[in-house]
Amino acid sequence: MELTQADIDAEIAAAAQHTAGPQPRIDYRSYRSSVLRHPEHPLHLVDPESVELWAPAFGHRDVADDEADLTIQHAGTPLGERIVVTGRVLDGDGRPVANQLVEVWQANASGRYRHQRDQHPAPHDPNFTGVGRMLTGPDGTYRFQTIKPGPYPWRNHLNAWRPAHIHFSIFGTDFTQRLVTQMYFPGDPLFAYDPIFQSITDPKARDLLIAHYDHDLTTPEWNTGYRWDIVLTGTHRTPLDTEDHDA
Amino acid sequence: MSAVPGQTVGPFFHLGLEFPGMNELVPPGDPRAIRLHGRVYDGAGAPIPDAVLEIWQPDPRGHIVRQPGSLRRDGWSFTGWGRAGTDPDGHYQFTTLEPGPTEEGRAPFFAVTVFARGLLDRLFTRIYLPGDDELLAADTVLRSVAPERRGTLIATRDDDGLVFDVRLQGEDETVFLTYPRLRDAWA
Repeated sequence: MELTQADIDAEIAAAAQHTAGPQPRIDYRSYRSSVLRHPEHPLHLVDPESVELWAPAFGHRDVADDEADLTIQHAGTPLGERIVVTGRVLDGDGRPVANQLVEVWQANASGRYRHQRDQHPAPHDPNFTGVGRMLTGPDGTYRFQTIKPGPYPWRNHLNAWRPAHIHFSIFGTDFTQRLVTQMYFPGDPLFAYDPIFQSITDPKARDLLIAHYDHDLTTPEWNTGYRWDIVLTGTHRTPLDTEDHDA
Repeated sequence: MSAVPGQTVGPFFHLGLEFPGMNELVPPGDPRAIRLHGRVYDGAGAPIPDAVLEIWQPDPRGHIVRQPGSLRRDGWSFTGWGRAGTDPDGHYQFTTLEPGPTEEGRAPFFAVTVFARGLLDRLFTRIYLPGDDELLAADTVLRSVAPERRGTLIATRDDDGLVFDVRLQGEDETVFLTYPRLRDAWA
C-alpha cells in the first residue's frame, strides 16, 4: 500500500524524539530513496593530508559575470517573482572564503525543472533554465538574481511536496569543507511535511538553511531580496602549511 | 560558528553541475592520459544511475595545482579537479593523469567526494593507486582501516588505467572518511 503523508508525519515525529545533531541523518528512512544509499559503517576519522588540505581553485576564466543572473539567459523575461539572493561564504572560524565557486540550480516559478526526469505537469518557462554560477568576492560575498522557485510534487509518498528551494554547491579553502545543500524560503508551509528537510533533526540546524527576507536588498519597482550566509566547517590548514606551500 | 547542514544533491543535479569536459582533466588523446572509471552501487548491489563523483588530485610529480580553469579547460593546463556523473549503468569515468606522492615515501591518492540522489549528505573517500604494496602497507590511513576493508580504498588496474567501484552500503561497503573539524563542528 502506498505510504501517505500521515505515515511519513508519524515517522518524522518519531525520529524527532531522538535529535541526532545538526547534520542530516543519512539513514533517514522517511526519505525512501536513502534506504539503500547510505553507508552503515561509521565514517572513518582521519587527519587530512596532501590535497585534502587544499581546495581546487576557480577564477574569472571559469565563470562569466552574467552567469549570476538567471533572468537574462534567454530572449525573453522569465515568469515569476524576481528576487536577489546574496550572502557571505565563511569558514568555521568566521573567515571569508574569497574567490571561490558557488553553483546554483532550481525549478522555475511553477515548480518545474528543466530536466528530462522532471515529469511534474507544470509548465516549462522558455525563458528560464534555472542554472547559475558565480565567484565569491574578497569578503566571501556571493550574489545572484533569479526567479523565486515554486514548490513541486515528488513520489516519495502519496501527496509528497517539496518546499521551494534553491540547490547550492559550495567549495571552501580545503577539500574537507565541500558542501552541497539547499536554501529554503522563510515561512514555507511545507517544511513540516518534507522528509529531506526534516532529516536534519535539530530545529536550530534546520533554521541555518532558511534565507531571511531583507528589505534592504529589495529594490523599488524591480525585485525582492533574500540574505543567506553560508558557514562551512573549519579549515584544517594552518598558516604554517600555507607558508610552506608558497615557499 | 555553526556549519550549515548538507542536503541531498537530488535527482536534477545534471542541470546545475554538468559542464562540457568536466570529467576530462586531460584530453583523452594525451599520451600520458589514463582512464579512471568504475561503478557506483547501492546496498542491494544495484548500480546507481544518478550519482556524482568529484576527484581532486596532485599532478604526476606530486605538485598540488593551484590553477583555475577546471570549468573552462584550455586543453593544456592540468587543474587537478574533475567531476563525473554516473550513466544508466551506474558507470562513471575520468580521463586524467596518475597522481604523484606529495611527500617522498607517501602513497599517492585521489581525494574523492560522492553525491547521489537518496544520499542526504556528501561522502568523502580516497582512491589509492595499486602496485606498490610496501608503500600501501606503510600508509597511516590504510593502516588505520580494518584489514578486510582496506581493499575498498585501492583501485585495480586494467588496460586503460584504473578501476574503482564505490559501494554505498552492504557487503564490501566503501570506507568513507571524516575529518577532525567536521567531527568537532557537529559533535
